[in-house]
Amino acid sequence: MFNHGTRNLLLTPFLIWAGLFIFIPLVCIVWYGITDYDENFSLINMGLIFERGYLDALKLSIWLALISTVICLLLSYPLCLILTERQRDNSTIISLLFILPLWMNSLLSTMAWQTILEGNGIINQILRLFGLPALQMINTEGAIVLGMVYNFLPYMVLPLYITLTKIDKRILEAARDLGANSWQTFVRVILPLSLPGAISGITMVFIPALTTFVISALLGGGKLLLIGNIIEQEFTFQYDWHVGCALSVILMIFIVLNMILTTYFDKSHEEEDF
Amino acid sequence: MEKELIRLENVAKAFGNLRVLDEVDLSIYESEFITLLGPSGCGKTTMLRIIGGFEMPDMGRVIFDGKDITNLPPNKRPINTVFQKYSLFSHMNVEENIAFGPKIAGKSDDYIRDKIKYALKLVNLEGYEKHDVTKLSGGQQQRIAIARAVVNEPKVLLLDEPLSALDLKLRRNMRRELVRINKETGITFIFVTHDQEEALSMSDRVVVMNQGYIQQVGTPEDVYNEPENAFVADFIGDSNIIDGVMVRDRLVRIFGREYPCVDEGFPEECPVDVQIRPEDIILDAPQEGAFNGVVTNAVFWGMSYDINVEADGFEWLIQSTTRRTVGERVSLHVAPENIQIMSKPQSEDEEVARNV
Repeated sequence: MFNHGTRNLLLTPFLIWAGLFIFIPLVCIVWYGITDYDENFSLINMGLIFERGYLDALKLSIWLALISTVICLLLSYPLCLILTERQRDNSTIISLLFILPLWMNSLLSTMAWQTILEGNGIINQILRLFGLPALQMINTEGAIVLGMVYNFLPYMVLPLYITLTKIDKRILEAARDLGANSWQTFVRVILPLSLPGAISGITMVFIPALTTFVISALLGGGKLLLIGNIIEQEFTFQYDWHVGCALSVILMIFIVLNMILTTYFDKSHEEEDF
Repeated sequence: MEKELIRLENVAKAFGNLRVLDEVDLSIYESEFITLLGPSGCGKTTMLRIIGGFEMPDMGRVIFDGKDITNLPPNKRPINTVFQKYSLFSHMNVEENIAFGPKIAGKSDDYIRDKIKYALKLVNLEGYEKHDVTKLSGGQQQRIAIARAVVNEPKVLLLDEPLSALDLKLRRNMRRELVRINKETGITFIFVTHDQEEALSMSDRVVVMNQGYIQQVGTPEDVYNEPENAFVADFIGDSNIIDGVMVRDRLVRIFGREYPCVDEGFPEECPVDVQIRPEDIILDAPQEGAFNGVVTNAVFWGMSYDINVEADGFEWLIQSTTRRTVGERVSLHVAPENIQIMSKPQSEDEEVARNV
């Protein structure tokens, strides 16, 4: 589309941006992560992951991010399938359902969940009205998962919906024609064809869920620490940039691993032999 | 006739206010190659989709082998479809595409392997098992789509304009191939097309449709030589269609002149549509008392010339192997057996006759 010179020229602004605000900070983080307070190379800060219960926080983060991702997937598939099955144009429904929640500041909506779930919150007030015992909802793993799903669901729905709309309806008719019932059509045709959308949805939900500290701080009440909260504390309370960066690097390793795994899964499925 | 396999009884379908099929009746016989022919929007594809189970008729029944299958979903019908744009599964290779149906049906691996071999041989694509379907040519994809359908041993194969996406030469080849596969497998073929040449060259029987009505059902020769109304005459091949009046049996009046013909059974002085094929008109030098006219246009088509002659205010189309120049005066002659008399339709869109 563009010749070589124009292409370079057009790419320059982004490259400058990426260099200044992505690449250099990344180098700084890695540098702080692998050095000690005397600026000497050291993995001592990285090794801290095995102490102070940091490993448990990382495990819990991965676990909760995983659960949230699975819930988002389970919620999105039926919704997107129903939306794409309709013949008429439903772009307004799409924007209402998916884009509107994004208009709301995520911090604000998470705080709203806090007031709904807390001991004196709306749900418990209603329960009390009927003479039922109050529920411990805030500061639980469930509350954090709820917050994650609430905030990140649009990022699953959107890529999934787009890939599902690209599947030709006649292909589904062909599957039906060849004897497949609805479930077999879904498993053998829709699922593999929508996998790229699901993969990008998984990545877009799993990574922010893994790194969040706002949701866990507000809905976990500081009692359930995720790796994000620990990194935040290292920076804001301990002023220990070396530990914070070291833990960030470890988290990044997990994110890259996750991406490698998902793309591998995507590819291995394509190459799966009959 | 052979055994009846499918019967459409009083089938009607409307999309919103648009009536696409209007109380259609049709019988389809075992092993025949039947073509639904008509212009776009005539209801032919809807009829095919009703037989396949992809559309539910608003009214009427679909009988298959004596059983009512009107409400049966597509996956429960012993019918398979070759779709217009092939609709192959892009995430599977050739072999997996063909194996889709038998696998769902729970056939054994050995059976499926044999069947794939057989199906690929049938469509002349032996050895293509591991090929990526998205990298095949249009013609090859079409063949895989046929193999994928035939491998299920359906009683009926529905083909929805399967040749429309192919180029001319490939299309001609595939026509012969499809007829061969029909004869070789004994599967009933229901073929949908808007191309009259395809319909005439491939079918055992042709169903000519227009505006939701069946206009005529018959052999290709029947619908070409003996069209039952002006629509069929006009749609199949080129035609001169003129208003005429049946004077009595075997005598028709056109433009004030009386011509002998071979049709009988019309009331006296009954207005009719008269059809004369362009290849049936013989041009000669102008003669006293003959039907004379002036050549207005002549186009060379390779095998013959398309010549327009204006006579009595009507523009006649004539196909002739003899060259004529524009402005030349000629006389027109037609043999009585080449004058086809058709009754006028009662209303614009009503069918005139059924020949089931």
